[in-house]
Amino acid sequence: MYCTYPTTHVESVTCGSRHSDGAVRYLSWVLVVEIEVDSDPSGSDDEGTQRRPNRRQGAGRGGAKGRGRGKKPPSEDEDEDEEDEAPRGRRPANKKKPAKKHGGGDEDESEDEAPKRKRKGAANRKKGGKAQDSDEEDNDVGKGKKGKKGGGRKGGKEAEDSKGKKGDAKGKDKGKDNDKDKKKKKKDDSSSDSNSDSDEEESLSEGEMARLMEEVEEKKKLIATIRNKPWRMKRRLLNLKEAQGFVDKFEGALGKGKGRKWFAYKVMMKKKWIKFQRDFENFRTACIPWERKIKEVESHFGSSVASYFIFLRWMYGMNLVLFGFTFGLVVIPEVLMGLPYGSIPRKTVPRAEQATAQDYSVLMDFQGYCKYSVLFYGFYNNQRTIGLLKFRLPLSYLMVGIGTFGYSLMVVIRTMAKNADVGGGDGDEGEFTFAWKMFTSWDYLIGNSETADNKYASITTSFKESIVDEQENQKDENIHLRRFLRVMANFLITCSLGGSGYLIYFVVKRSQEFANRTDLSWYEKNELELIMSLLGLVCPPLFETIAEMEDYHPRIALKWQLGRIFALFLGNLYTFLFALFDEVNTKLEEEDSIKNASLWAMKEYYANYTFMINDTDSTPPPMNPADIIRGPCWETAVGIEFVKLTVSDIQVSYLTILIGDFARAVIVRFLNYCWCWDLEAGFPSYGEFDISGNVLGLVFNQGMIWMGAFYAPGLVGINVLRLLSSMYYQCWAVMATNVPHERVFKASKSNNFYMGLLLLILFLSLLPVVYTIMTLPPSFDCGPFSGKAKMFDVIMETIDLDLPAFLGTIFSYAANPGLIIPAVLLMVLAIYYLNSVSEAYQNANMELKKKMQMARDEEKNRRNNTDSTNQVMKDLEDLLPNRSFMPPAPPSKPEKMPELEAKPTKTKPGSAGRGVNLQRDVTLASPNPNARGPVSRPPGPRGAGPAPGAGPGPGRGRGRGPPPR
Amino acid sequence: MTNADSSSFRLHGRYRELAPHLVPLDYTNNPDIRVPPTLIVTMPELKENPFRDRIVETFSEDGHGNLSFNDFVDMFSALCETSPRELKTIYAFKIYDFNRDNFICKEDLKKTLNKLTKGELSPEEVLLVCDKSMEEADLDGDSKLSFSDFENMVSKAPDFLSNFHVRI
Repeated sequence: MYCTYPTTHVESVTCGSRHSDGAVRYLSWVLVVEIEVDSDPSGSDDEGTQRRPNRRQGAGRGGAKGRGRGKKPPSEDEDEDEEDEAPRGRRPANKKKPAKKHGGGDEDESEDEAPKRKRKGAANRKKGGKAQDSDEEDNDVGKGKKGKKGGGRKGGKEAEDSKGKKGDAKGKDKGKDNDKDKKKKKKDDSSSDSNSDSDEEESLSEGEMARLMEEVEEKKKLIATIRNKPWRMKRRLLNLKEAQGFVDKFEGALGKGKGRKWFAYKVMMKKKWIKFQRDFENFRTACIPWERKIKEVESHFGSSVASYFIFLRWMYGMNLVLFGFTFGLVVIPEVLMGLPYGSIPRKTVPRAEQATAQDYSVLMDFQGYCKYSVLFYGFYNNQRTIGLLKFRLPLSYLMVGIGTFGYSLMVVIRTMAKNADVGGGDGDEGEFTFAWKMFTSWDYLIGNSETADNKYASITTSFKESIVDEQENQKDENIHLRRFLRVMANFLITCSLGGSGYLIYFVVKRSQEFANRTDLSWYEKNELELIMSLLGLVCPPLFETIAEMEDYHPRIALKWQLGRIFALFLGNLYTFLFALFDEVNTKLEEEDSIKNASLWAMKEYYANYTFMINDTDSTPPPMNPADIIRGPCWETAVGIEFVKLTVSDIQVSYLTILIGDFARAVIVRFLNYCWCWDLEAGFPSYGEFDISGNVLGLVFNQGMIWMGAFYAPGLVGINVLRLLSSMYYQCWAVMATNVPHERVFKASKSNNFYMGLLLLILFLSLLPVVYTIMTLPPSFDCGPFSGKAKMFDVIMETIDLDLPAFLGTIFSYAANPGLIIPAVLLMVLAIYYLNSVSEAYQNANMELKKKMQMARDEEKNRRNNTDSTNQVMKDLEDLLPNRSFMPPAPPSKPEKMPELEAKPTKTKPGSAGRGVNLQRDVTLASPNPNARGPVSRPPGPRGAGPAPGAGPGPGRGRGRGPPPR
Repeated sequence: MTNADSSSFRLHGRYRELAPHLVPLDYTNNPDIRVPPTLIVTMPELKENPFRDRIVETFSEDGHGNLSFNDFVDMFSALCETSPRELKTIYAFKIYDFNRDNFICKEDLKKTLNKLTKGELSPEEVLLVCDKSMEEADLDGDSKLSFSDFENMVSKAPDFLSNFHVRI
């Protein structure tokens, strides 16, 4: 800054007195040069404004002078002064200069800021004649042009020039882009030059204004995009300064001075917005629970194991919502607003059980106090509304029960649809599986060594996964043998499935027989459970062994395995439900008699009371709720069964992990020191994580929850706890005790197979629950629906009592079969239509994929013989570490020309613009050498660049840029 | 550098931190200061990066990893979050181009892979991966990746932008 002030001052002084004294002018010019050399480039901003006062003066003088010297249009603005100044400064020494200019100028198509400065310097020093000038003008871009026809443009150019000088003085190179812009502008300008000639006295004509504005816009664009240029910092700074100076200077002149502030404001806001987005993104990621845990597992065990944990997390999320509904709308209202424990029979432990109701073993069986708690269906009262809020608990109970299924169905299907959207199938990885992994998988943000280790592991794992996929693709042996083996494997497995199915059926039959007998051995009592668990123990490994024959890719093998074990487990489910329905039926029979007995006992009690007290007037005290005879309450019994099953399932799976994995790992690890063979590598080894078993366990567990949640609202809470704990427990177990699979494989991108299993289970568990709700009569003395013929009567009741009458009629119409059947028909038709549409889309998709593949091949072929020469490549080269230290490899100039001209049109490599480029090459061939000149040439004798080999040799014409220092 | 301006103080602070004895606080007489690569790679932003040496070499003007402050700013400007894809692509290409011949050849791929996996893949696997990557990305069939091959490949990569940046 401090340097710039003197500079401009001297300049103006010089301008004023230039006609009078040549020597002073010369002196001051030297001064300008020297000061500029030292000055901070940032001074350029001020320079522009400082010079403005000279404008009129310059214009006036310029007119006279310009004509004298050549065709210089008189309408030049203040910058011309500077330019004029230069020749004049030189004039005392070099009188030929003007003439020279004309001569050299013809060749110069594009003007650059640098050359002028250089010429000055050169002329100054050498005071040489023609030869030197022409030399320079060959190398440098068309300075002379300015003198002749740059008229209107001068202002802009000169502004840049002044800055460019400084830059050059410091040995910096010029932005090629600038040159180009200017070149373009030049062409535009030349047409309007004549105009500016006519109205000479106008300092800023309309055309100039427009041009300037355009240029300012361009500069602004450059400022905005300068970060995108792959230039060295120095070069960027230089260009930026230049552009900013220009904008500052001329924006004011054009009455757009506020533009800069606005721009800065916009930039600031943009940055703030980006930061906000980033923070928000971080926050969102931080909100995803267990993301880091899962990533850690994934990095060591591959995405297949991680997919189990992701599935677990998803289940947890869904169950959390179910838990919220159940507890928020059913359990908590009942606890807060319902009658307290002990007030009515259903909320009291019967007298007979009271002695043992608090025993541990009884509680563990969910009898005693557990049975008469809010956890189970029986506890809820059938009061229509409870509390001050008139909360309709029975209605809410039914709605939550149905809503659970509705919500689950919706979520599962939505997730499936979303996954299908994302995934689009397995193994469909696109074209760059390995290349992407290679070049884009490392996260440069990682700054923590632990994270880095995980990342290394995960990258290695993912490479291995892809290698497995690839090897699978490359494999091709005897297809017939493989087919035969697969058919045989499927046959074997079908056989064993059928066998186990029959076994279960047989055992269930027998157990029904046994149910009527009392003289049973221990085995006969537990036969069903024993057989079931034996099957569960033996079959999965058997299936796995058989599956070896098939030799599928592990991912597909996993699916088969899942499907087969699923079929096996269905038998389990089927027996369980079978037994349950038996129980319910007996209870229902039992209930009728108990109902009568209960009523009878009640009557008797009152009769006895009146009889004993002998006072008909006094009302008898109510019977103690513990003494009233109760029905069996089959709903609670069913609920207890499900809760017991769930809890035992939790115990079994946790114990399996503890013994099967942890104990095994400990033994293998520590007994290995004193064992006769290598335990780690040999027989027991460490366990692998059993994906199929765990996924199926999770799926079936969820089925139990869905079925049991209606009869035991507390089950949802238990399940949430289970999922939460098993997330931590299994994560720990897998990291601590398991080893990765032998063939780490990638999970299919969409988890839809798991989801499909879940949907199936959901459907299967929906059926019995809906069946019981719709057909079985609720117990007469327990639960929110007691006293009603059917559970759903509570809806009818609400419609009748709480809603206006016309709504009731509407509902009755809506329930009319005449309406329902057409609705179903319509849905079926819609499904059919959508299905065919999706098929059509699929076909179109395939077609497009084929086309893309073709296009890619074509591109490959087309590129086969091209050497990639484009601007970006050149920039790349430009960035190479200082070329001047390297052995020179200067190709001849014409060779480089295509690159130069490629830039305006061909911004992207691979765009189909080659033909066009060639054309351009031809048409613009002549201007090229000069266009490149200023950029590549060392900045003249005054340049501070200590660059070795900086001589203006022909080799320097290559588009490598000047030595950076 | 609109953004470098605002954070240049901080950046210079970081730069100076690396070598307080080398970097002066005032630049009035334009001293030619370069911080050697051994110091640069100790930055927490880089020290875990398998390509840290290449990054530093790429951005240094002399090609040996000595960074002047300008180079230093260059580096973080190219790696910052807001820098455009084209720029990042160019620098990524240069980083992965180990032998600086403006092509990524098989040797470069091997080096990249070994750095990425800490050499845990077997030689056959390395070979397979390199062959496959080359086959995927090499459009002109010269069995080395030119910049346009590279750009074409990276432009379709989903997480290049999110992964190829450093926060400072």
